[in-house]
Amino acid sequence: MVDSIETRTRAFIRETFPVASGDIAADASLLGSGIIDSIGVLTLVTWLEQEFGIVVADEDVVPENLDTLARIVAFVERKSAANPQEA
Amino acid sequence: MRYEEYLAASARRDGSRVAVVHDKGRTTYAELDALADRFAAALITGAGFARGERCVLFLDNRIETAIGIFGTLRASGVFSVINPTTKANKLAFVLNNCEAAVLVTQAELLPVALAAAAEAPSVRRIVVAGGASDATAVSFDDFMAAAPARPQGPVPGIDIDLAMLVYTSGSTGEPKGVMMTHRNVEFAATSITTYLEARADDVVLSVLPLSFDYGLYQLLMAVMKGATLVLEKSFAFPQKVLPRLASERVTGFPLVPTMAALIVQLRNFSPDWAASVRYLTNTAAALPPAHIFRLQELFPNARIYSMYGMTESKRCTYLPPEQLAKRPDSVGIAIPGTEVWIADDEGRPVPPNVVGELVVRGAHVMQGYWRNEKATAKTLRIGRYPWEKVLHTGDLFRMDEEGFCYFVGRKDDIIKSRGEKVSPKEVENVLYALAGIKEAAVVGVPDEVLGRALKALVVVEEGAALQARDIIAHCMAHLEDFMVPRLVEFRDALPKTSTGKIRRAALQAEAEGRALPGDDE
Repeated sequence: MVDSIETRTRAFIRETFPVASGDIAADASLLGSGIIDSIGVLTLVTWLEQEFGIVVADEDVVPENLDTLARIVAFVERKSAANPQEA
Repeated sequence: MRYEEYLAASARRDGSRVAVVHDKGRTTYAELDALADRFAAALITGAGFARGERCVLFLDNRIETAIGIFGTLRASGVFSVINPTTKANKLAFVLNNCEAAVLVTQAELLPVALAAAAEAPSVRRIVVAGGASDATAVSFDDFMAAAPARPQGPVPGIDIDLAMLVYTSGSTGEPKGVMMTHRNVEFAATSITTYLEARADDVVLSVLPLSFDYGLYQLLMAVMKGATLVLEKSFAFPQKVLPRLASERVTGFPLVPTMAALIVQLRNFSPDWAASVRYLTNTAAALPPAHIFRLQELFPNARIYSMYGMTESKRCTYLPPEQLAKRPDSVGIAIPGTEVWIADDEGRPVPPNVVGELVVRGAHVMQGYWRNEKATAKTLRIGRYPWEKVLHTGDLFRMDEEGFCYFVGRKDDIIKSRGEKVSPKEVENVLYALAGIKEAAVVGVPDEVLGRALKALVVVEEGAALQARDIIAHCMAHLEDFMVPRLVEFRDALPKTSTGKIRRAALQAEAEGRALPGDDE
C-alpha cells in the first residue's frame, strides 16, 4: 500500500488543522501542542470512521488512542483487524 | 473584606480540607494558604513588588495559577490571568496596557512569554512554572525557595483596592481590562453562591480556563466556601473527565453550551458519573431546550441553572431551576442583591416584550476599563444616585410580563462563539495583514455546538494563490484559538455602503438566513 494510515492521517490533520509551519512528529501530543483543540477531536473521529471504515465507540475517544499520530495509527490498525472491512 | 482573607479563613476553619485537585496532586487549604503567603513574600523580596502593581499569570489550569492569584492579592497587588493560547503580540499589548511588573508563565509557553516581555519594559521579573532558572527567567520553585515564608511585616490594603483585571474583547479589536475591586469580587461571589446554595462540602469540577471569568470564579467561590475545586485542563476527551465526576464525588459541574452538546450525544453515558452531581450551570450562550431536557435526564439529581453574564459585572441573571420547564429559553432574573432592566436608546425602561438594551445595577458592576476612559464612559453611566454607575451591557434583551429575561442579540458587532466574545474587527485586522487579502469580513454562522461558528468572507488580490488552509494557518499563528475562523469563503466582491465601508451587518444577516437589510442601512 502506497499511502499508509500514517500518511493519510498526517495529510488530513495538516489540511484540517493547519499549524503555522513544521512537520508533525509521530509522538507529538496533538492536543498538548495545540494542533488539535477540543472540537477538533470530534472532527478527527468522524474522519477516521469514514476514511478507514471503522466504528469509534465513545469509550475509544481517549488520549491513549488519539493524542499522537503513532497512537492513531495503532488504534486504526487494531480496529481494522478486529473488524475487517473493505477500505 | 479583602478576598485573600477568605483563603486564610477557610484554612483556619479546616486546613486539612482539599482546596484544589490538579494534575500534580492535591493541595489542602493549609498548604494553599502557606504557598500564597510565600508567593506574596517572593513578589515583594524577589521582584520588588509594590502595592497595587500588576502580576500577569500567563498559565493554564494548574496549581501555580491558584497560588499566583491569592499570592498576588496577599502582596496587595492586582492579578490578571491570560488565556494560554494568547499570541506574543497580544500578550505584549496586555503587559504594556497594565504595565505588568511580574509575568508568571509555564515552560511550554515560555517562548511566547519571552517574545512578549521583550516588548514590555515594565516587566521586571519572569517566573516560569515547570522550567529551569536562567538569565531571562526564574523557575517558580527557585522563586519560592528564595523567599521567606511570608511577607515581613503588615501588607497594607483595604477592600476597595483593585483586585484583578480581566481582559475582554472590545469592538475596536483591542482588548480591554475590566477593573474589579475586592469588594466587587466578594459581592459577585456571595450573590452567586447564594442562589447556587453552595456549601463547604461541595466538590466542583471545572474544565473552564482560569483566564475566563466563569472558570476563575469556580476557584474564587470554592475558596470563599472552603469547598474543593477539581481543576481540569480541557474537555477534549469527555471519557477522561466524566468518570472523575464519580471518583471525586463531584457535586457542582459548570458547563458551556459546547460541553453540553458533547455530553448529550454520548452513547455510553454512565448513570454513575452523574449520581453525586447536585447542580449544573450553563452560561455564555443559551442551551437549546432539547439539550436542557436531555441533561436533566442524564443528571437526575441535579438542578440546572441557565445563566447570563458578561465580564463587566461577572454574572447578570440566572433562571431559578424550577422555572426551567416553563421557560427553557429564558436566562431568568437579576442575581440576588442586584437589579436589571431593559432600556431604550435614552436609557428609559421599556414595556414587557419590547426589545432593548439590558442595564445592570449592583455592587458587582466593574469600576471601568483600565486606562480606557472612552470605552468606560460608553459602558458605565450615572445610575439612580449621582455616586453610582450602572452597566449598559450592549446586549439586546426582552423581558416577559413576569420579569424574566430573554437574550436577543448583540447591539454591536461582537460575535459569541464557544461562549467567548469575538470582535470580528480583531480577526479582520489579522486577515488584512496576510499578503494577498484584498477584502475581508468575519461573520458568525449559527452552529449547534459552537453557538456561532466564525466564518471569514474574503476577496483575494488578482493572482494571489491563497487557499483556505493558508488563511486559517495565518489566523492560528496570530489569534487565540477561539478567534480562528472555522470556515473560509472566497468571494469576487463584498457588499459596501456608499462610503465604501464593507456592510458586515448585511453579511451577518445573510449568514443567519435573515433577509438582507435594504441598501439604505
